[in-house]
Amino acid sequence: MNTGLEVPVEGTTRQGLPGLAAENVTRRFSGGVVALDHLDLRAAPGEVLAVVGPSGCGKSTLLSLLAGLAEPHSGLVSVGGLTPATERLDRCALMPQRDLLLPWRSALDNAGLALESVGVSRPEARRRARPLFERFGLAAFERARPSELSGGMRQRVAFLRTLLVGRPVLLLDEPFGALDTITRGEMQEWLADALAEEPRTVVLVTHDVEEALLLADRVAVLSSRPGRVVAEIAVNLERPRPRRTTVTDDAFIDLRARALGALER
Amino acid sequence: MRRILAPALLLLGALGAWQAVASVPSVDDLTLASPVEVLGALRDDGALLLDQTMVTIVEVVLGLLIAVAGGLGAAVAMHLVRPLREAAYPLLVASQAVPVVVLAPVLVLAFDYGMGPILAIVALTCFFPVTVGALDGLRSVPAELLELMRSLGASRITTLRRVELPSSLPSLFSGLRVAATVSVIGAVFGEWAGAEAGLGRLVLLGNNQLQTPRVYAGVVLLTLIALALFALVSALERVLVPWAPQRARPS
Repeated sequence: MNTGLEVPVEGTTRQGLPGLAAENVTRRFSGGVVALDHLDLRAAPGEVLAVVGPSGCGKSTLLSLLAGLAEPHSGLVSVGGLTPATERLDRCALMPQRDLLLPWRSALDNAGLALESVGVSRPEARRRARPLFERFGLAAFERARPSELSGGMRQRVAFLRTLLVGRPVLLLDEPFGALDTITRGEMQEWLADALAEEPRTVVLVTHDVEEALLLADRVAVLSSRPGRVVAEIAVNLERPRPRRTTVTDDAFIDLRARALGALER
Repeated sequence: MRRILAPALLLLGALGAWQAVASVPSVDDLTLASPVEVLGALRDDGALLLDQTMVTIVEVVLGLLIAVAGGLGAAVAMHLVRPLREAAYPLLVASQAVPVVVLAPVLVLAFDYGMGPILAIVALTCFFPVTVGALDGLRSVPAELLELMRSLGASRITTLRRVELPSSLPSLFSGLRVAATVSVIGAVFGEWAGAEAGLGRLVLLGNNQLQTPRVYAGVVLLTLIALALFALVSALERVLVPWAPQRARPS
């Protein structure tokens, strides 16, 4: 297993990353309500796949299935072609909806928790986390406690924690859902840059169609509960996609109309 | 400033009223010792009172430490082993219905005289708030955070050490503050059931010997021990849990 910066970043090719697949997956909640109904979804190696859907359509359930935290009631879930939950756990890094930073740890140590969890010592975890803080504009905030950070900063720390796990697949669950519009826009560009530097196979769950189109190679639209894929939209927009110019682009407007149309069906 | 001034004024008023009632000629000194007489007893019996105070402080602190060690251990065990929690938790709550006053003489019979039974009673009194505080704290970690730790590849023990134990501290300290105040009550009951020394015994003997001012002085010292312990626990919390959400004060 690699751990973050020990990966030769330049050498990380999209070919080296695993793909993801959910085949005919059904998952019910404990009450019997169906969360996902015969869902089929794939992400190619190195692809950024956005999953958009109304609240309660089972988006978070899909992520915990992919992450290996839960098993489908029927169907197959695989990461890099491997179905056992332990294999999925080993390959996926999950960024939950809330930042879940520990209030007693500094920003640096919160990111380093990813390494300490697998037995890396704290000084070593700090040593490996520090360069990421410098690269991603957090150098001045290493020692700050979460309570001293803004919402956007906290999400950046949570994202660095996700990167530091050193897994080839990132599962992002509405990472900017709790942020105000301006901060969210900044964070979307920041995330796009981060992913350009550190390519991963990514599943980004969101309810924001614009966010999906700005960040993803492909957008899957889910129906309301029980969730199934109602549309898959390839986003053939050039990168980088600066928000200000992209959202007024005709191709973007067309894609947004298609995605919103699929959501309303 | 006002937070200190208001209760201080009320306390002074109460002391004044107490002094006034005690000064009424028909009120016998044996019935009610005045604040001035209590101060006199604190001065005249200083050496004796200090010795007894030290005995009680040792009992309270040792008993409290036993309760913390036992309570933390019990809480972690109940947290990790669900069947144990389901079996033991209702019994733990039910055990609170057993009056410690009644247990005290029984324990003295079981452990013989000396500090043993008193420590047992102090520890028993404090065990419940400490255990419940620690257990509630351990269980307060949101399910998403536990899932995150699993996905980070953390073992059960790592999650306990890095996340659950630190998270439990504010709740544990709430339990400790309760324990600090009731520990003194436990020590007094223990000493009443049978002891060679201590403030509780001094109060009991003083009452029998009609040494009312000395009895009151003992009560004042017992109160001061409880207050000091409470302050000590609060200070410890500020040092160990600086990130804890500030408790709201009554405004």
